[in-house]
Amino acid sequence: MTFPQPRPQAPQLPQHLLTTIDCQQGAVRAVRFNADGNYALSCGSDKSLKLWSVSRGTLLKTYSGHGYEVLDADGSYDNSQLCSCSSDKTVILWDVATGQVTRKLRGHAGKVNCVQFNEEATVILSGSIDGTVRCWDTRSRRFEPIQILDEARDGISSLKVVQHELLTGSVDGRVRRYDLRMGQLHVDFISSPITCVCFSQDGQCTLSSSLDSTVRLLDKSTGEMLGEYKGHKMKGYKLDCCLSSKDTHVLSCSEDGHVYCWDLVEGSLSLKLPVGKAVVQSLSFHPTETCLLTAMEGRVQLWGLEPEETVKTEEDTMAS
Amino acid sequence: MASDSDSDEDFVTYGTPLEPLEEDEPLKKPVPLHEQTVKDEKGRYQRFHGAFTGGFSAGYFNTVGTKEGWAPSTFVSSRQQKAEKQHVRPEDFMDDEDFSEHGIAPREITTSQEFSSGRKDAVREKARAVNAQAALIPGDTLLEELISPARLSIGVELLRKMGWKEGQGVGPRVKRKARRQQTKGSSRVHGVVLPPAGSEDSEQEEDDDDEEFAPDNVTFAPKDVTPVDFNPKVGVQGLGYRGLDPGLALLGGGAAEHIDLFRPQSDTRSRLFGGAQRGSRRGGGVAGQAFGVGALEDDDDEEVYHRDSMSRYDTVLGGEEPGDGLYGWTAPQQYKKKAEKSKDASYLGKILEGFTLAQKPVRDKTIFPPPDLPRDYRPVHRFRPAVDVKSLSGVSPALAEALKTSRGHMVKEEPEQGGRHQLDSGQRRALLGEDTLQGPSSVMELLRPEDRERLKNLRNSSNVPATKAAPTPLSQDALKSAVTLAGSLAARAAGSADHGHDRGHDHGRQQEALAAWKGIQTTSQTFRPFEKNPSKQARYEMYLNRLKQGDKDALEQSLDSGVTEWERSRERDEFVRASILYRPSSSSLSSRFTRAKKEEDDNSVEVSRDEEGDVDDKQAAVNMKMFGKLTRETFEWYPDKLLCKRFNVPDPYPGCGIVGLPKVKRDKFSVFNFLTVTESREPPAPPKPPESGKRSRWDVSGQKAEEKKKEEDPLSELLSAARNQTETKPEKTLPASTSTNHQTPDSRTKEAKSADQEKGNKDDQEEEEVEEEENRPPMDLFKAIFAGSSDEKSSSSSEGESEDEEEEVGDTKKEEVQGEPQLINLFKVPSSSSSSSVTSSTTTPNTTSSRHTAVVSTQNSTQVEEEFGPKLPPPSAALSRGGATSIRSPAEEEKLSKRSKDKKHKNKKQHKHKKEKKVEKPNKNRVTLSPDCLFFSLLNLPSFIYRRRNTRSTNTKGSSKRRARRRRRTAAQRRTVTVENQSRFPQKSCSKD
Repeated sequence: MTFPQPRPQAPQLPQHLLTTIDCQQGAVRAVRFNADGNYALSCGSDKSLKLWSVSRGTLLKTYSGHGYEVLDADGSYDNSQLCSCSSDKTVILWDVATGQVTRKLRGHAGKVNCVQFNEEATVILSGSIDGTVRCWDTRSRRFEPIQILDEARDGISSLKVVQHELLTGSVDGRVRRYDLRMGQLHVDFISSPITCVCFSQDGQCTLSSSLDSTVRLLDKSTGEMLGEYKGHKMKGYKLDCCLSSKDTHVLSCSEDGHVYCWDLVEGSLSLKLPVGKAVVQSLSFHPTETCLLTAMEGRVQLWGLEPEETVKTEEDTMAS
Repeated sequence: MASDSDSDEDFVTYGTPLEPLEEDEPLKKPVPLHEQTVKDEKGRYQRFHGAFTGGFSAGYFNTVGTKEGWAPSTFVSSRQQKAEKQHVRPEDFMDDEDFSEHGIAPREITTSQEFSSGRKDAVREKARAVNAQAALIPGDTLLEELISPARLSIGVELLRKMGWKEGQGVGPRVKRKARRQQTKGSSRVHGVVLPPAGSEDSEQEEDDDDEEFAPDNVTFAPKDVTPVDFNPKVGVQGLGYRGLDPGLALLGGGAAEHIDLFRPQSDTRSRLFGGAQRGSRRGGGVAGQAFGVGALEDDDDEEVYHRDSMSRYDTVLGGEEPGDGLYGWTAPQQYKKKAEKSKDASYLGKILEGFTLAQKPVRDKTIFPPPDLPRDYRPVHRFRPAVDVKSLSGVSPALAEALKTSRGHMVKEEPEQGGRHQLDSGQRRALLGEDTLQGPSSVMELLRPEDRERLKNLRNSSNVPATKAAPTPLSQDALKSAVTLAGSLAARAAGSADHGHDRGHDHGRQQEALAAWKGIQTTSQTFRPFEKNPSKQARYEMYLNRLKQGDKDALEQSLDSGVTEWERSRERDEFVRASILYRPSSSSLSSRFTRAKKEEDDNSVEVSRDEEGDVDDKQAAVNMKMFGKLTRETFEWYPDKLLCKRFNVPDPYPGCGIVGLPKVKRDKFSVFNFLTVTESREPPAPPKPPESGKRSRWDVSGQKAEEKKKEEDPLSELLSAARNQTETKPEKTLPASTSTNHQTPDSRTKEAKSADQEKGNKDDQEEEEVEEEENRPPMDLFKAIFAGSSDEKSSSSSEGESEDEEEEVGDTKKEEVQGEPQLINLFKVPSSSSSSSVTSSTTTPNTTSSRHTAVVSTQNSTQVEEEFGPKLPPPSAALSRGGATSIRSPAEEEKLSKRSKDKKHKNKKQHKHKKEKKVEKPNKNRVTLSPDCLFFSLLNLPSFIYRRRNTRSTNTKGSSKRRARRRRRTAAQRRTVTVENQSRFPQKSCSKD
């Protein structure tokens, strides 16, 4: 396990607000970059899913069809499809261009917390509060999932797929990693309910945030803890955490309206980004650049490395 | 065909030559295509029609004979010619064309086979007869045979005079096996048969028909040679084509069967050779290759079309059949079946009974000289160590399985191949019928006891190389065997270098098995893994029994001492593995239950094979932050085949039907299928106060226990602690409480503080109590406090729908109970109320201060409707206010927060002021006319904020109705809101202003 060498220059962090988007869709439950980072998806509590251009901050499309608030979404690698999950227990596969529902997948017994495409968008994986992860086939017309992973004893709060590995975080306080290639299931006991799990970009570590207000970096192969990040507040809400695009920093939402950003190696808090007053519910780091999306209440904010004066002044004038 | 003899070149010309062009002749104009017509013999135009009748129309434009159609036969009175019968022949219904050469009933005289070639000799006839089997009309040759020829050729006469008889070959008589045709010289002789060149050698020829011994004095005529009947192919049809057979067409002659080109051995053959004649079934109709089966024909099962397949053809040229050389590879089938040749007869008497001569001479074996042994070669064989599959942790289970089975589980298919390896030496001994060896079964017994002890120690210490401990003080005779043993041990240690902990691992596993089985008294039937091998099963059971008794040497003692070391080690491994795999579900509790008298298979249920380990251990490890091995568990997991396909990953367990975690059958009614053991072992109450976020929302029981615990605390302590907490940790609980309204918790805490100071009962003890405040006080307590109305009202108030009814109740209660400013609530109300239950429920639990207030009941009630797992944050206040959102940049918000900070400071200054106002509060509540004004007048807010507020309020003043509603809500919410999470308020209030 090797970490990237710490750079001599100051850490590059998205500390300047670039854009604020008022999504007009109720509380934004999740905000996600697409695969290349040019677009963003916002999941609203008013049952809609919206696609935004990140650079312009404009609404591109609204996808409506869910019966209750949308909780998570993901875009396929080729930007041709979207999947989203909702409290209405369904997972919907969308066609990006037309905005039509390609498939509506029912089967979960409770609200579906998280959804992900696999790398080739051949499978949709959805984790629900009913404690199961369902693997839906996008290639066939089958309406039953290919497989149901019911190992978790409590709701699945988060899942991530990288290549042949599936990482799930559950409220039963365990991080499970399903290795399809090896045919193994690794269970890491964290004890506190998991709110979010991530793979590191190099695929060697897993990051998991739990309700004891701690973010932990675990070695993927052995399960040993490599880092522990504290200081933020995550006690009751399902909030996101993530790693920066270069694996240099660990970021986490907090209930105190900040995004906390720690140095991955040192574990020291390197940035406390004031987003607002309310709970920062979701965040998404740009896949390549130093760029961060945060969601608080009904707003999505884009943070970048360089300050963008024009936007700020515009905002000011608007507000006044 | 004519060959030009004049020219030197050998031209072959074919067809009719064109008439030579004459000089000065004008070129003929070619007839254009549309003028090329066909006329029949009567000059009528024929148009091209179809393929069946030569391609031209029949009758009168495909209908009937004349233009007028059918002419009905003229009526003739039958009086005069009663007796005359009407003879209608088929020809009456035929067209002229049918009688022509190509019609179905030709009337012209044509040359037929009978006329074209005269009678030939009998040999020829026979050849024709044989060939005619495949020919068109099978009976014709038979007819010819019936009419015997009147005249014989002179050659035949002469031959007869010489003693030749019909059916015999020509040539000198041969002694033995003469009828066997010699293949060497006389092949391809047609016509007259030459005498076999090597008739003398025919003694050595194989006999094909009879194996009997022929006496020496009997000679045989040579076998007749049947020449091949070569019929020239006439016509332009394809090979094997058979046109309409006129005879068959009308009369339904004998062979009406479907021709099978590729099956020459049809029933005609059997007829020819005297087989049973099949009755012809066909009544009539036209048959031939050109026609299929008509609708009127009765047998439908007949094959209509030829189905040809390549298997009917020879694909290889050459490879002459070892026949009599008459036909080569095109020989009729009966010739191809050659009886097995044997030269046995010539060796009669010389070979042993029951033996036959080899078909092929034994090839000389090339004998290689043995390799030269190196000088230091020692003839000692070292066994390869048994592959310990379990110890190869990195290997995929599939590979491990393969390794396991590679030891020769293919016995089922090839019992002779692998079976030997499956048997142990005892079984082999039983098979061979040997007696048990009388001598010492192990080299160990050859050793002296002390040496044996040494070796045993050596063996048990896993890491010490065995060679190092090679016993020097051994006696000379024992040394040899000891060296062998040590060598094998060394090989073992060396061979398993990568899994050097093999032994230790084994030992650990043994300990595990021991722990699992120890003390179990159940004599009930356990799983019998070695049922197929009764003696092994017996040993295994013995091992289990010893395990149950806690015998540490159970394994060694129960192993078969009569087998080899290698087998024993294998068995040891198997036993340990089996005992761990099939260990009883719980050693401590299973003894309390009796087994069912009768075990039924359907009484079992499938449960996960791999149980998760002890949660307590893991919890401890987590507390110590010792993540890694202690918290990590790895299971075999079987992904669906399709899932692997979709992920572009090879199936890790190919051919395995399991999906998910592997299951094993357990008793259906066992409690342990549904309870995990670890849960049952869980201590009743954790000593430390559990963290709020740690638990799933499932365990309400935990909360209740907590509440009970808290119940014991005196009320006063609680309240003071509550005050203390808000006082001591304002920053912690309210990190974002930078709102503009001043009567949010800050102000309250200040008041509380001042009150406390007045009382003077603040001491260090309370600091500790603060810790306990983490726990929520019981609901009953609050019931006691807010007697009567609190429970249902507070819960219903959280729903935000029934505000109207609760208005008064809330008001009164507030006034009674809370000595705190309520003005703040006015500002909080809109957001929290309109966000309804979601807000109120979700905001509560993560606050510490809310624990000791009346909201507990509301929280409990809302948690019921709340789903499990971490909640989602409440929707924004902006939204809840009805979409009148204002986007505020963070910069602005920062400004605001600064302001609020300022305000905080001011708050402190204005403590006394507030206290004075506190007295007036009830009144204010009742007034509730313009909260803004009241508020500001109360708090002496800075003017700029006041202005801001005013502008905002003018915006919202738009509908007085809304305001009224809001006020009502305020009343309803007040109770909740005051006790709700203060950290939530700022955001709402600030977004409000």
